[in-house]
Amino acid sequence: MTLLDRSALAIGDDIAAGRMSSAEVCRAAIERAQAINNTLNAFNLIDADRALARAGEIDRRRAAGETLGPLAGVPVALKDNMCVRGMRTTASSRILENFIAPYDATVVQRLETAGAVIIGKTNCDEFAMGSSNENSAFGPVRNPWATDCTPGGSSGGSAASVAAQCVPLALGSDTGGSIRQPASFCGVSGLKPTYGRVSRYGLLAFASSLDQIGPFAHSAADCAAALSVLAGPDPCDSTAAHEPVPDYRAALTGDVRGLRVGVPRRFVTEGVDETVRRAFEEALATLQQSGATLVDIDLPHARYAIPVYYLVATAEASSNLARYDGVKYGHRSPAAKDQGLKAMYSRTRDEGFGAEVKRRIMLGTYVLSAGYYDAFYLKAQQVRTLLRRDYEQAFEQVDVVTMPTAPTPPFRLGEKTSDPLEMYLADVFTVSVNLVGLPGISIPCGFSGSLPIGFQLIGRMFDEATILRAADAYQRVTPWHTRAPELGG
Amino acid sequence: MGAVAAELTKADVERIAALAHLELTDDEKDLFTAQLAGILHYAEQVQQVDTTGVPPMAHVGSERTEREDEPRPSIATSDALANAPDAAPDAGLFRVPRVIGG
Repeated sequence: MTLLDRSALAIGDDIAAGRMSSAEVCRAAIERAQAINNTLNAFNLIDADRALARAGEIDRRRAAGETLGPLAGVPVALKDNMCVRGMRTTASSRILENFIAPYDATVVQRLETAGAVIIGKTNCDEFAMGSSNENSAFGPVRNPWATDCTPGGSSGGSAASVAAQCVPLALGSDTGGSIRQPASFCGVSGLKPTYGRVSRYGLLAFASSLDQIGPFAHSAADCAAALSVLAGPDPCDSTAAHEPVPDYRAALTGDVRGLRVGVPRRFVTEGVDETVRRAFEEALATLQQSGATLVDIDLPHARYAIPVYYLVATAEASSNLARYDGVKYGHRSPAAKDQGLKAMYSRTRDEGFGAEVKRRIMLGTYVLSAGYYDAFYLKAQQVRTLLRRDYEQAFEQVDVVTMPTAPTPPFRLGEKTSDPLEMYLADVFTVSVNLVGLPGISIPCGFSGSLPIGFQLIGRMFDEATILRAADAYQRVTPWHTRAPELGG
Repeated sequence: MGAVAAELTKADVERIAALAHLELTDDEKDLFTAQLAGILHYAEQVQQVDTTGVPPMAHVGSERTEREDEPRPSIATSDALANAPDAAPDAGLFRVPRVIGG
């Protein structure tokens, strides 16, 4: 590899300086994506014509001496639950198999304004519901480090596309860990920004109080560059925050002396794979050697995060996915043609949704239904308040909280598919961050044999700058994020 | 309250499926009866937490997000209809199976 084995920033610099053309880089990215797709199934769509036209335009504008954006000419991939006008957007679901988005997501506008070139849409769990990418209607993505293993989910294709060096930058969405866990499993850096930091206009909604868009890259520094482009208010999304957007790259001082790092010891000892525990302890030691102070903290309600998450997220999903009814877009069952509207709805949804999506719609409908609302949904939202208080108390003593990203290294495809509850437990360390709205980043911290392991840095609301600084400082003294899988193609 | 999930029956699953507009096959009903009972049983642990006087979380962020209700341009009707499985573009309408009579 010569063109794509570097950071988004380095590639952008080379294009800006005229050492490489965007057309050259994007052609290499597309060829790489096509070559690995037979093995990894990371892309639902590769749009070479659109990408090469855009890349050519960037090159012409550069030649004409125009000032270009910070990501000018850099190839990027988008999780297939974000709308690009005129491009198929499926959420990896049969129900949207032929949906052509009529408008651009705000993140697409921002990326393209910054000069980035979208090369395609990545495979994911159907409607972002899953932790292994095995719920895609178009088949699972395979882990670039071991093709019999899951890349994680739900943004598995985005994580794999960066790990396999198709693109230096990809976007995913994270509702309960769907950026951070695949980042951990694929050995890349993945940032879930604060709730509201990045507009969700044009993101197909799963759970609206939890969903957030964020970047995958080879380094925290690239995540910082991407966040500077993506963050900020948006008149099309009332939940996009008006908080000022700092210069995230300027925050990367490499200095973590005096940084107080909270470790929820009680929470992270149980049920954690030995190789993950060891890599996590070494990461803590590295942070300490760099001048950070480790502080034991307690998050007493974190042990309830999984049940709270699966009650709240499914309730919201059952409401959000009511829109897929065979009327406005997507699949309509031909079988119910003469049986009236209600039969058409029910048949369409049974044919269009996969098993996990149906399971979650059912669970969410149940917990919101009369007689169970107080015992499940309302109770979960109360425990969620207690979880927020846990973090607020922790952040009185520390600047960041850290824990493993996932309790295990990547597991094998098929290993957890027969038991949905066992799959849900894979999210134990990621979901609490979404429930509270905090920013979190997963970065590589070692290997279990040939399989990558990541750990997580969690910050205060809207304090991505501090977790990015800590992650970048860690990456300046460790080699893990520079490792690449050996892949054919 | 603790026994809510353990009592989940196939009839409950049928009732929920009707509310959710999902026509499940018989196999799906059996599978979901067992799986949802297991998940709900696990989720019942939230009921052990003392939440006396604790408000349910209503907003993740804290800032005001209201804006003036001013009309703004939106996508064209023809674009909105372009993905419809059945539409009457000239009339600007989605077409659905007959609801009344017939």
